[in-house]
Amino acid sequence: MSPTFYFAIVGTNDSPLYEAEFGVRRDENKHLNQFIAHAALDLVDDAQFMSNSCYLKTVDRYNEWNVSAYVTPSNVRLMLLHENKAEDSIKGFFTDCHELYLKTLLNPFYEPNAPIQAQAFDTKVQALARKYLL
Amino acid sequence: MAKQYRSIGEEVWKNKVEKVNAELFIFTYGSLVVQLIKDYEDYHSVNKQLDKLGYNIGVRLIDDILSRTNLEKCKDMRETAEVISKIGFRMFLNIAPSVSAWSADSKEFSLILDDNPLNDFCELPPRAVQGGLWYSNVLCGVVRGALEMVGLLVKVEFVRDVVRGDEVSEIRVRLEKVLDEEVPVGDD
Repeated sequence: MSPTFYFAIVGTNDSPLYEAEFGVRRDENKHLNQFIAHAALDLVDDAQFMSNSCYLKTVDRYNEWNVSAYVTPSNVRLMLLHENKAEDSIKGFFTDCHELYLKTLLNPFYEPNAPIQAQAFDTKVQALARKYLL
Repeated sequence: MAKQYRSIGEEVWKNKVEKVNAELFIFTYGSLVVQLIKDYEDYHSVNKQLDKLGYNIGVRLIDDILSRTNLEKCKDMRETAEVISKIGFRMFLNIAPSVSAWSADSKEFSLILDDNPLNDFCELPPRAVQGGLWYSNVLCGVVRGALEMVGLLVKVEFVRDVVRGDEVSEIRVRLEKVLDEEVPVGDD
Protein backbone atom coordinates (compact mmCIF):
# COMPACT_ATOMS: atom_id res chain seq x y z
CA MET A 1 0.00 0.00 0.00
CA SER A 2 1.44 3.31 -0.95
CA PRO A 3 1.37 6.02 1.67
CA THR A 4 -0.86 9.07 1.79
CA PHE A 5 0.21 12.56 2.75
CA TYR A 6 -1.59 15.79 3.37
CA PHE A 7 0.40 19.01 3.32
CA ALA A 8 -0.78 22.45 4.36
CA ILE A 9 0.81 25.85 4.80
CA VAL A 10 -0.92 27.83 7.51
CA GLY A 11 -0.61 31.60 7.72
CA THR A 12 -0.06 33.69 10.82
CA ASN A 13 -3.78 34.13 11.35
CA ASP A 14 -4.43 30.38 11.18
CA SER A 15 -5.90 30.43 7.71
CA PRO A 16 -4.65 27.93 5.16
CA LEU A 17 -2.42 29.42 2.43
CA TYR A 18 -1.89 26.26 0.49
CA GLU A 19 -3.07 22.66 0.62
CA ALA A 20 -2.00 19.56 -1.22
CA GLU A 21 -2.35 15.81 -1.06
CA PHE A 22 0.26 13.37 -2.22
CA GLY A 23 0.17 9.66 -2.85
CA VAL A 24 -2.98 7.63 -2.79
CA ARG A 25 -6.02 9.81 -2.36
CA ARG A 26 -8.60 8.55 0.06
CA ASP A 27 -11.80 10.43 -0.12
CA GLU A 28 -13.02 9.50 3.32
CA ASN A 29 -10.18 11.51 4.82
CA LYS A 30 -10.73 14.67 2.90
CA HIS A 31 -12.41 16.76 5.56
CA LEU A 32 -10.68 15.00 8.38
CA ASN A 33 -7.26 16.10 7.10
CA GLN A 34 -7.98 19.76 7.55
CA PHE A 35 -9.50 19.08 10.91
CA ILE A 36 -6.50 17.14 12.17
CA ALA A 37 -4.05 19.75 10.91
CA HIS A 38 -6.06 22.53 12.48
CA ALA A 39 -6.30 20.72 15.80
CA ALA A 40 -2.54 20.31 15.86
CA LEU A 41 -1.89 24.05 15.55
CA ASP A 42 -2.19 24.54 19.30
CA LEU A 43 0.36 21.83 19.89
CA VAL A 44 2.66 23.50 17.39
CA ASP A 45 2.39 26.70 19.39
CA ASP A 46 3.44 24.79 22.50
CA ALA A 47 6.18 22.83 20.80
CA GLN A 48 7.88 25.75 19.09
CA PHE A 49 9.17 27.07 22.39
CA MET A 50 10.71 23.74 23.36
CA SER A 51 13.00 23.62 20.37
CA ASN A 52 15.50 25.89 18.70
CA SER A 53 15.06 24.51 15.24
CA CYS A 54 12.30 25.24 12.78
CA TYR A 55 11.53 21.57 12.30
CA LEU A 56 9.44 20.38 15.25
CA LYS A 57 9.22 16.68 14.31
CA THR A 58 5.96 14.96 15.16
CA VAL A 59 3.75 17.18 17.28
CA ASP A 60 0.51 15.25 17.30
CA ARG A 61 -1.05 11.88 16.56
CA TYR A 62 -4.57 11.07 15.49
CA ASN A 63 -5.43 7.43 14.93
CA GLU A 64 -2.98 6.30 12.25
CA TRP A 65 -1.91 9.85 11.35
CA ASN A 66 1.26 11.57 12.52
CA VAL A 67 1.36 15.34 12.30
CA SER A 68 4.76 16.90 11.66
CA ALA A 69 5.27 20.63 11.71
CA TYR A 70 7.81 23.23 10.67
CA VAL A 71 7.58 26.81 11.86
CA THR A 72 9.23 29.58 9.89
CA PRO A 73 10.71 32.54 11.76
CA SER A 74 7.73 34.63 10.65
CA ASN A 75 5.38 32.11 12.27
CA VAL A 76 4.04 30.56 9.11
CA ARG A 77 3.47 26.88 9.78
CA LEU A 78 4.06 24.02 7.40
CA MET A 79 2.04 20.96 8.46
CA LEU A 80 2.36 17.47 7.10
CA LEU A 81 0.07 14.54 7.89
CA HIS A 82 1.73 11.21 7.30
CA GLU A 83 1.36 7.61 8.33
CA ASN A 84 4.90 6.27 8.20
CA LYS A 85 7.84 7.77 10.01
CA ALA A 86 10.76 9.14 8.08
CA GLU A 87 12.11 12.15 9.93
CA ASP A 88 15.04 12.85 7.66
CA SER A 89 13.11 12.96 4.43
CA ILE A 90 10.31 14.99 6.00
CA LYS A 91 12.86 17.47 7.30
CA GLY A 92 14.32 17.77 3.81
CA PHE A 93 10.86 18.25 2.35
CA PHE A 94 10.03 21.00 4.84
CA THR A 95 13.32 22.81 4.33
CA ASP A 96 12.88 22.88 0.57
CA CYS A 97 9.25 23.93 0.87
CA HIS A 98 10.30 26.73 3.16
CA GLU A 99 12.66 27.93 0.47
CA LEU A 100 9.89 27.78 -2.12
CA TYR A 101 7.62 29.73 0.18
CA LEU A 102 10.35 32.33 0.60
CA LYS A 103 10.63 32.75 -3.14
CA THR A 104 6.89 33.29 -3.32
CA LEU A 105 7.12 35.83 -0.55
CA LEU A 106 9.81 37.76 -2.43
CA ASN A 107 7.45 38.35 -5.34
CA PRO A 108 6.23 41.92 -4.97
CA PHE A 109 2.79 40.89 -6.21
CA TYR A 110 2.26 38.40 -3.41
CA GLU A 111 0.54 39.72 -0.30
CA PRO A 112 1.74 38.07 2.89
CA ASN A 113 -0.90 35.73 4.33
CA ALA A 114 -2.81 35.52 1.07
CA PRO A 115 -3.55 32.08 -0.41
CA ILE A 116 -0.86 30.92 -2.82
CA GLN A 117 -2.53 30.38 -6.16
CA ALA A 118 0.42 30.28 -8.51
CA GLN A 119 0.47 27.14 -10.58
CA ALA A 120 4.26 27.10 -10.56
CA PHE A 121 4.33 26.79 -6.79
CA ASP A 122 2.01 23.80 -6.85
CA THR A 123 4.09 22.07 -9.51
CA LYS A 124 7.26 22.56 -7.51
CA VAL A 125 5.75 21.31 -4.28
CA GLN A 126 4.48 18.20 -6.05
CA ALA A 127 7.98 17.64 -7.41
CA LEU A 128 9.46 17.96 -3.93
CA ALA A 129 6.92 15.48 -2.60
CA ARG A 130 7.96 12.97 -5.23
CA LYS A 131 11.61 13.54 -4.39
CA TYR A 132 11.35 13.17 -0.61
CA LEU A 133 8.15 11.42 0.32
CA LEU A 134 6.83 9.07 -2.31
CA MET B 1 33.88 49.55 -33.01
CA ALA B 2 31.41 47.45 -31.07
CA LYS B 3 34.28 45.82 -29.27
CA GLN B 4 35.53 49.19 -28.16
CA TYR B 5 32.16 50.16 -26.69
CA ARG B 6 32.03 46.91 -24.83
CA SER B 7 35.35 47.52 -23.13
CA ILE B 8 34.43 51.12 -22.33
CA GLY B 9 31.18 49.91 -20.76
CA GLU B 10 32.91 47.26 -18.69
CA GLU B 11 35.63 49.61 -17.62
CA VAL B 12 33.08 52.16 -16.38
CA TRP B 13 31.04 49.48 -14.63
CA LYS B 14 34.08 48.13 -12.84
CA ASN B 15 35.78 51.28 -11.76
CA LYS B 16 33.66 54.34 -11.98
CA VAL B 17 30.17 53.68 -10.71
CA GLU B 18 28.83 53.20 -7.22
CA LYS B 19 26.92 49.98 -6.68
CA VAL B 20 23.86 49.32 -4.57
CA ASN B 21 22.65 46.02 -3.27
CA ALA B 22 20.69 44.28 -6.02
CA GLU B 23 17.93 43.01 -3.73
CA LEU B 24 17.39 46.46 -2.30
CA PHE B 25 17.06 47.85 -5.80
CA ILE B 26 14.78 45.06 -7.05
CA PHE B 27 12.45 45.22 -4.07
CA THR B 28 12.28 48.98 -4.18
CA TYR B 29 11.25 48.82 -7.81
CA GLY B 30 8.82 45.96 -7.17
CA SER B 31 7.03 47.73 -4.37
CA LEU B 32 6.94 50.91 -6.43
CA VAL B 33 5.15 49.12 -9.26
CA VAL B 34 2.72 47.39 -6.92
CA GLN B 35 1.93 50.67 -5.18
CA LEU B 36 1.29 52.34 -8.55
CA ILE B 37 -1.10 49.54 -9.44
CA LYS B 38 -2.96 50.02 -6.17
CA ASP B 39 -3.16 53.77 -6.67
CA TYR B 40 -4.13 53.87 -10.34
CA GLU B 41 -6.10 50.61 -10.57
CA ASP B 42 -5.47 50.54 -14.29
CA TYR B 43 -2.50 48.87 -15.90
CA HIS B 44 -2.24 51.26 -18.83
CA SER B 45 -1.96 54.25 -16.54
CA VAL B 46 0.68 52.37 -14.57
CA ASN B 47 2.65 51.79 -17.77
CA LYS B 48 2.40 55.47 -18.50
CA GLN B 49 3.55 56.48 -15.03
CA LEU B 50 6.50 54.08 -15.17
CA ASP B 51 7.46 55.56 -18.51
CA LYS B 52 7.30 59.08 -17.06
CA LEU B 53 9.39 58.03 -14.09
CA GLY B 54 11.92 56.52 -16.44
CA TYR B 55 11.94 59.64 -18.60
CA ASN B 56 12.88 61.75 -15.61
CA ILE B 57 15.63 59.30 -14.74
CA GLY B 58 16.87 59.14 -18.31
CA VAL B 59 17.28 62.88 -18.83
CA ARG B 60 19.64 62.87 -15.86
CA LEU B 61 21.50 59.67 -16.54
CA ILE B 62 22.60 60.69 -20.01
CA ASP B 63 24.77 63.41 -18.54
CA ASP B 64 26.24 60.90 -16.14
CA ILE B 65 27.19 58.61 -19.01
CA LEU B 66 28.72 61.36 -21.09
CA SER B 67 30.71 62.75 -18.20
CA ARG B 68 32.23 59.39 -17.33
CA THR B 69 33.16 58.38 -20.84
CA ASN B 70 34.80 60.27 -23.66
CA LEU B 71 32.26 59.42 -26.29
CA GLU B 72 32.21 61.13 -29.59
CA LYS B 73 28.98 62.05 -31.27
CA CYS B 74 27.34 58.98 -32.77
CA LYS B 75 27.23 59.04 -36.53
CA ASP B 76 24.10 56.99 -37.02
CA MET B 77 21.41 55.03 -35.21
CA ARG B 78 23.44 51.82 -35.38
CA GLU B 79 26.17 53.39 -33.35
CA THR B 80 23.66 54.90 -30.94
CA ALA B 81 22.11 51.49 -30.40
CA GLU B 82 25.52 50.01 -29.59
CA VAL B 83 26.21 52.75 -27.07
CA ILE B 84 22.80 52.29 -25.40
CA SER B 85 23.37 48.58 -25.07
CA LYS B 86 27.08 48.27 -24.37
CA ILE B 87 27.55 51.38 -22.27
CA GLY B 88 24.16 52.60 -21.04
CA PHE B 89 22.69 49.30 -19.87
CA ARG B 90 26.08 47.97 -18.80
CA MET B 91 26.83 50.96 -16.66
CA PHE B 92 23.61 51.01 -14.68
CA LEU B 93 22.28 47.46 -14.74
CA ASN B 94 25.37 45.43 -15.70
CA ILE B 95 23.60 43.85 -18.64
CA ALA B 96 24.20 44.37 -22.33
CA PRO B 97 21.07 43.69 -24.37
CA SER B 98 21.73 42.50 -27.89
CA VAL B 99 20.73 44.83 -30.68
CA SER B 100 18.79 43.19 -33.48
CA ALA B 101 15.86 43.30 -35.89
CA TRP B 102 16.83 46.49 -37.69
CA SER B 103 14.22 47.92 -39.98
CA ALA B 104 15.18 48.53 -43.60
CA ASP B 105 15.58 52.28 -43.12
CA SER B 106 17.83 51.76 -40.05
CA LYS B 107 15.55 53.80 -37.88
CA GLU B 108 14.07 51.06 -35.81
CA PHE B 109 15.72 48.31 -33.77
CA SER B 110 15.10 45.92 -30.93
CA LEU B 111 16.96 45.51 -27.69
CA ILE B 112 16.77 41.91 -26.56
CA LEU B 113 17.23 41.59 -22.81
CA ASP B 114 18.46 38.13 -21.98
CA ASP B 115 18.56 38.90 -18.33
CA ASN B 116 16.60 41.71 -16.75
CA PRO B 117 17.49 42.22 -13.09
CA LEU B 118 14.18 44.00 -12.44
CA ASN B 119 12.38 40.75 -13.22
CA ASP B 120 14.11 38.75 -10.52
CA PHE B 121 11.63 37.35 -7.97
CA CYS B 122 8.76 38.81 -9.96
CA GLU B 123 5.84 36.69 -11.02
CA LEU B 124 2.94 38.55 -12.58
CA PRO B 125 -0.56 37.55 -11.54
CA PRO B 126 -2.74 36.57 -14.54
CA ARG B 127 -4.84 39.69 -14.03
CA ALA B 128 -1.82 41.94 -14.65
CA VAL B 129 -0.85 40.04 -17.79
CA GLN B 130 -4.35 40.38 -19.21
CA GLY B 131 -4.49 44.02 -18.16
CA GLY B 132 -1.43 44.72 -20.30
CA LEU B 133 1.10 45.63 -17.62
CA TRP B 134 4.69 46.01 -18.80
CA TYR B 135 6.48 45.40 -15.55
CA SER B 136 9.82 46.94 -16.55
CA ASN B 137 8.34 49.82 -18.49
CA VAL B 138 10.58 52.22 -16.61
CA LEU B 139 13.42 51.14 -18.92
CA CYS B 140 11.55 52.48 -21.95
CA GLY B 141 11.23 55.84 -20.29
CA VAL B 142 14.91 55.89 -19.44
CA VAL B 143 15.94 55.26 -23.04
CA ARG B 144 13.47 57.82 -24.33
CA GLY B 145 14.56 60.47 -21.85
CA ALA B 146 18.25 59.90 -22.43
CA LEU B 147 17.98 60.05 -26.21
CA GLU B 148 15.80 63.13 -26.14
CA MET B 149 18.54 65.02 -24.32
CA VAL B 150 20.97 64.29 -27.14
CA GLY B 151 18.51 65.40 -29.76
CA LEU B 152 16.87 62.16 -30.80
CA LEU B 153 13.14 61.90 -30.47
CA VAL B 154 12.32 58.21 -30.17
CA LYS B 155 9.38 56.01 -29.49
CA VAL B 156 10.26 53.18 -27.14
CA GLU B 157 8.04 50.33 -26.06
CA PHE B 158 8.13 46.81 -24.74
CA VAL B 159 6.86 44.23 -27.21
CA ARG B 160 7.73 41.07 -25.33
CA ASP B 161 8.51 40.35 -21.69
CA VAL B 162 9.63 37.20 -19.92
CA VAL B 163 7.39 37.82 -16.90
CA ARG B 164 4.39 37.87 -19.22
CA GLY B 165 5.29 34.42 -20.45
CA ASP B 166 7.26 35.37 -23.56
CA GLU B 167 10.54 33.71 -24.38
CA VAL B 168 12.62 36.87 -24.23
CA SER B 169 12.17 40.47 -23.26
CA GLU B 170 12.27 42.83 -26.18
CA ILE B 171 12.24 46.61 -26.28
CA ARG B 172 11.48 48.23 -29.61
CA VAL B 173 13.09 51.60 -30.29
CA ARG B 174 12.02 53.77 -33.22
CA LEU B 175 13.62 57.03 -34.25
CA GLU B 176 10.90 59.56 -34.93
CA LYS B 177 12.84 62.72 -35.50
CA VAL B 178 16.29 64.19 -35.12
CA LEU B 179 16.04 67.48 -33.35
CA ASP B 180 18.26 69.97 -35.07
CA GLU B 181 19.94 72.54 -33.02
CA GLU B 182 17.11 74.94 -33.34
CA VAL B 183 17.81 78.57 -33.31
CA PRO B 184 15.67 80.21 -30.66
CA VAL B 185 13.22 82.70 -31.95
CA GLY B 186 15.05 85.97 -32.02
CA ASP B 187 13.97 89.30 -30.69
CA ASP B 188 14.06 91.12 -33.95
